[in-house]
Amino acid sequence: MAFDIGSVLAQAISPFNLLLALLGVVLGTVIGALPGLSATMAIAVLVPFTFAMDPASGLIMLGAIYTGAIYGGAYAAILVNTPGTPSAIATTFDGFPMAKRGDGDLAMTLATLASVIGGVIGAIALMTLSPLLANIALAFQSSEYFWLAILGLTLIASLSTGNVLKGLIGGAFGLILSMIGVAVVGGDVRMTFGISGLLGGIDIVSALIGLYCIPVLIDMVARPDRHLEPAPLGRGFRFFEALGHCATNAFNLFRSSVIGTVVGILPGAGGSIASLVSYSEARRASRHPERFGTGEPGGLLATESANNATVGGGFIPTLVLGIPGTPPDAVILGALLVQGIRTGPELFTQQSGIVYIFMLGLLIATVMMLPVGLLIGRYAYRFIVNTPKALLVPLIAFMTVVGSFAIHSNPHDVLVMVSMGALGWLLSLAGFGPSPIVLGLVLGQIAEQGFMRAYMIGGARGNFGGQLLFDRPISWAIFALIVITLGLPLFRNLRQRKTKGKEAHP
Amino acid sequence: MLKRLTLLAAAAAFAMTAGAAQAFPDKPVNYIIPFNAGGESDISARLQQPYFKKITGEDLIIQYQAGAGGAQAWSVLNDQPGDGYTIMGTNLPHIILQPLLQNPGYKTEDLTNIYMFHFTPDALLVRADSEFKTVQDVIDASKENPGALTVGGVATNTANHIAHQRFADLTGAEMTYIPYTGTGATIPGLLGGEVELLWGYTTVAAGQGDKVRMLAVAQDERHPLFPDVPTFKELGIDMVGGAYRGIAVPKSTPEEVRQQLSDIIGKINADPEFIKEMEDAGFAMLNVPYSEMDAFMAERQKVYEDTARKLGSLQ
Repeated sequence: MAFDIGSVLAQAISPFNLLLALLGVVLGTVIGALPGLSATMAIAVLVPFTFAMDPASGLIMLGAIYTGAIYGGAYAAILVNTPGTPSAIATTFDGFPMAKRGDGDLAMTLATLASVIGGVIGAIALMTLSPLLANIALAFQSSEYFWLAILGLTLIASLSTGNVLKGLIGGAFGLILSMIGVAVVGGDVRMTFGISGLLGGIDIVSALIGLYCIPVLIDMVARPDRHLEPAPLGRGFRFFEALGHCATNAFNLFRSSVIGTVVGILPGAGGSIASLVSYSEARRASRHPERFGTGEPGGLLATESANNATVGGGFIPTLVLGIPGTPPDAVILGALLVQGIRTGPELFTQQSGIVYIFMLGLLIATVMMLPVGLLIGRYAYRFIVNTPKALLVPLIAFMTVVGSFAIHSNPHDVLVMVSMGALGWLLSLAGFGPSPIVLGLVLGQIAEQGFMRAYMIGGARGNFGGQLLFDRPISWAIFALIVITLGLPLFRNLRQRKTKGKEAHP
Repeated sequence: MLKRLTLLAAAAAFAMTAGAAQAFPDKPVNYIIPFNAGGESDISARLQQPYFKKITGEDLIIQYQAGAGGAQAWSVLNDQPGDGYTIMGTNLPHIILQPLLQNPGYKTEDLTNIYMFHFTPDALLVRADSEFKTVQDVIDASKENPGALTVGGVATNTANHIAHQRFADLTGAEMTYIPYTGTGATIPGLLGGEVELLWGYTTVAAGQGDKVRMLAVAQDERHPLFPDVPTFKELGIDMVGGAYRGIAVPKSTPEEVRQQLSDIIGKINADPEFIKEMEDAGFAMLNVPYSEMDAFMAERQKVYEDTARKLGSLQ
């Protein structure tokens, strides 16, 4: 290779670049922690500043902000039950119950450790296997995306144990929401009720903020007890306890990071699918699947390692193929183009190692997340626990409005957020959780478009079944996972009932 | 004495108006892009940014207001202050097709375009290892087996979809159009072999290098970056077009300021360095100043209406 490892190392760990990485991680974490402010937005705002820097430094800063923001998404998910980004949806499942019962400090430390581990595995995959792994982006086509979305939807069944019917109704409602607006395939205008603001559909982030956060806020006002159980003083970070959980979940962490890396490579998927699928897999492989959703460290570790692994994974097709793996990657790709850097396999061999400086910078930024995250996380946790509700509620309510406005600097999204919030609260009174609705909304479009394209291509070639499933080995594999995910609980139930009739089922 | 005073006053008044004319802009100008960062609209705006500063001495601040394929921003353009310090990117065929087919909350004539500064020419692309070497190969194959060839493109009723229909009308080639979410999503579709062909732009070919091959481009003359790729015109197919990008101002902006902005954008467009940067990224330059805008828009309106009618999208 046409670059010198020594000089790459020297450049990546120059004091200035280290400072930029640190700054980027801190900034990213804070932005990611605020619902509505996303990694994409943070990067878009900062791109012009990086034009004044040397390209490698600029890239390191953007990468650091990106990875910090994905990690920061865990804060709002754990402490306020609000996923700030779609990547953090699954983090609410176990993170918030942990915080609720007084283990918020442990949850924050676990999220930090998992994010660092996932991020490092993703970054290492990016550094070592990029040209090879980039082909995965091309192997996944419309039918695979369809099955992947269906696999994500199967999670509804396991999320709503005890009341599968309500979960399915919620999921179907989410699917209907996902159809609002101008259809990509076919161009028809669906369910906009003549409101031009709905032509673009329901924005996922404003729906997330509304459905998750508003019911929590109303709950905080309506109930006299504390929002979170405070942790006893002097427990510190509970770092070694968290390390212990990581050790028992070592394989879970590895599997989730690999899932995150691979899903990150897929341009049409993103962090939400990565963390949902790894959560589902962790739950299936666990000896105590019934604990998932009630504050199980394994669930939190799975989602947080997976969504940070998508950062490294997403850069693989971006740098090798010029195809952005995630929306923030698209912004970074645009910034590269303006700077005159051409992506492609040549980037890895020529370009005097700039790409390696960047990847090393990303790795360093990810590792920096450990001290930075532990420290910020501790303050964030203390702040949420110790601030009186009378202050906390208006503050969070204010943030939900600012956050949903900031998505597209448009008041329309605030209206969507508030309506979704009112709806979410009413539905929660009737016993419907927000997660099935959100899964339907997030995955509905991916499933619909994947199916429609496979249908149209299959129609043109006169082989619909082959196009959708039979001629596609990757689709077989995902299909098999769907069958196992749906079938295993049934099988377990049956066996349990046969052998031990005495055990009661929830 | 009196005469001299009047003269002086007149001179002062003249100097002041001249000064006022010179002074625009005397503070940063907000440039709203109705799409997300990272797309072609964003990239071309970012390339304009330093030249705007060089010519006017003021900053051009790029903001994003994405939503509903641009409609969310365009529908509120006329609510912005019309002082010339708020300008917005506009895109064709979007601003003609959206009001024609949906009710996006604005009408084409609500948008006061002051300059169209470039376009990304439609291009028919195949994988580098494709059996199709020329446009004629594609036409022959699609006539042999109508509808069996699949060609990808971005969404429905878009520039790519229009190009697909125009090509079918002019050549009689019948292919199946497969809509994807965005340009980024079409590329894995082509490279991974899901579709045989792709309606894309010269920018796609510029980004993908030797992994793809363009069979023809919809320009009057060959693109400087791709001297070996013929135009559709050379092949006897009368197709010139693509996705056009321009700049609009709120309706309340005075004529004089519209003209000044048009002149500034024109000056940027004439800078040889800017032209080189744009063409290296695959864009094709276009110069439609404010004075020629009405004629240009009328011509495009007709082309898109006719094609939309043939697509069955417009009754």
